Amino acid sequence: MSDVNATMARLERARPGKVILWTLLFLGGVVMITPIVFMAATSFKTGQEVFELSIIPDRPTLENYLFILQESKFMRWMLNSLWVATFSTASVLFFDSLVGYTLAKFDFRGRQIVFIAILSTLMIPTEMLIIPWYMMSRSFGWIDTYWGIAFPGLMTGFGTFLMRQFFMSLPDELIEAARIDGWSEFAIWWRIAMPLVIPALSALAIFHFLGNWTAFIWPLIVTNDPDIYTIPVGIASFNGEFQMDWEIVMTASCLATLPTLLVFLLLQKFIIRGIMLAGLKG
Amino acid sequence: MAEVSLQGVHKLFGSVTAVEDFNLSIGSSEFVVFVGPSGCGKSTTLRMLAGLEDVSSGVISIDGKPVNNVHPKDRDIAMVFQNYALYPHLNVFDNISFGLRAKRLPKDEITTRTNEAADILGLDELLKRRPGELSGGQKQRVAMGRAIVRKPKVFLFDEPLSNLDAKLRHKMRAEMKLLHQRVQTTTVYVTHDQVEAMTLADRIVIMNLGRIEQVGTPDEVYKHPASQFVASFIGSPAMNFATGTITGTGSKAALKTDSGEGISLAGCDIAEGRRIQLGFRPEHMMLAKAAKPASGHISIGAHITVIEPMGHETVLTCDAGFGEIVGKYEGEDRFTPGDAANFHIRADRLHYFDLDTGLRI
Repeated sequence: MSDVNATMARLERARPGKVILWTLLFLGGVVMITPIVFMAATSFKTGQEVFELSIIPDRPTLENYLFILQESKFMRWMLNSLWVATFSTASVLFFDSLVGYTLAKFDFRGRQIVFIAILSTLMIPTEMLIIPWYMMSRSFGWIDTYWGIAFPGLMTGFGTFLMRQFFMSLPDELIEAARIDGWSEFAIWWRIAMPLVIPALSALAIFHFLGNWTAFIWPLIVTNDPDIYTIPVGIASFNGEFQMDWEIVMTASCLATLPTLLVFLLLQKFIIRGIMLAGLKG
Repeated sequence: MAEVSLQGVHKLFGSVTAVEDFNLSIGSSEFVVFVGPSGCGKSTTLRMLAGLEDVSSGVISIDGKPVNNVHPKDRDIAMVFQNYALYPHLNVFDNISFGLRAKRLPKDEITTRTNEAADILGLDELLKRRPGELSGGQKQRVAMGRAIVRKPKVFLFDEPLSNLDAKLRHKMRAEMKLLHQRVQTTTVYVTHDQVEAMTLADRIVIMNLGRIEQVGTPDEVYKHPASQFVASFIGSPAMNFATGTITGTGSKAALKTDSGEGISLAGCDIAEGRRIQLGFRPEHMMLAKAAKPASGHISIGAHITVIEPMGHETVLTCDAGFGEIVGKYEGEDRFTPGDAANFHIRADRLHYFDLDTGLRI
């Protein structure tokens, strides 16, 4: 009886507005999932079948996977991407939160100017920065190095802004109490402030890691050596001059997506909270 | 235990003066309470003492040593904040021992001292809990534990009880007094609650608009308020006032209130024509059947407007013509709003304040 009541209650709650909302969300989901499904399907197809719009291949094959894993430098690119994204994310978490904390909790002359200057970097499109980055990299000998790929993302205006907003919401009294307790300013930041903004740090880490994992233009420009390629650049390198092996590209893309899917499944809670926080605070 | 001294201390925030010419010496083991309305500069003074605010001018000394340029951690003070400022991600044990770990004391000593403090404050059972799992009173105790565990020279309390309900506030007040009697550490306590000030303090510092109005024992500030402000701030219900001009002298002296009533002040030696405020406390007003007072008393007639039975006493708000006055009585008499009432007040319980300066005459 209670089940019937619960069902009735659910039906009553399904107002027209909600039905429209669910329909729109469903359609949006279909639009986003369809390419992924085709990507996965194509990875099991042979070259002849690539342009057939079937989801289930006529002759499913694992040859594409074997080719990628055995005959390309795919695993090397995975490690390159992992290293660059991890290093860059660690750097962003450290420096963005350190600067954000300073801007939020220390009163010094020019604080507002520094903050606005950092914030204004958000308005400069990456494409505009690529030429100066490249010139720097060439001058410093960073072409074809991990450092060359990572350096533009070691500190970000967005991360600094996000962390500043979070640190601002920490009560000053906590920091003052720690100050009186005898801790240094760095120790207060590390032991008191940082643990209290873990949700923000998680959100920033996820955004930045995924951003680096999928970064294409800059790694493409700063690397020539296939041993230094990151995943997206490596995948693009499957492009032949006269032909495109789509089944190989799709297979590599599938494999490249796995770590991000894993990250999403593990940190789903943080990602959703992070998006909400970024929306609210930003 | 240490002596604390503030000499000529000023604090400016931009062009706004928050504290002006603050001079005070606090003896070793003394419990001093800064009290005053919001914005009077009491918390700012405490924060300057803690080293959390710079001193614009003047000298603050602890144990004879100027500390104006000494970092808070090197002043050997402990502070309890209004919102407790407990670290939410640490459990009670870690919260209390946090300051000891900063000093890099041996682990055994940290454990011993933390357990000792927890024992004093009855926190033994809560050491593994986080602040989010504690009640207001328990949080308050943890904050106090964090202060006492360091055995500082001076305790600073910034409105520590203001977030508690009335019953708990009363209980914690008693615990605080007990704690002070036990540890005998010099204490500076800030509150806007005059009851807290009266019950806890060895000496009260009453502040208004950034300046000290009066420093004295609870008894002194209650019985001999130095100004009309102090008189109105200390005591609950607050002191009643009648504003007017002195007429006549000697046995014919009286106060002619601004609204025209005459209050006989026989024997009052204030110069005729002087503008004053006459003050009298509700607890000193005795209900009387007759309008004519006995010798050495004055009489004030009024009409009752509000009756507030409190159980052990009844508070009467009355219209006395020159303004609203509040009286109280413990007897069996029954009144209804609109009744006339006569109050007799002993002349030696009257307070006179200059209308212009507000100072006691």
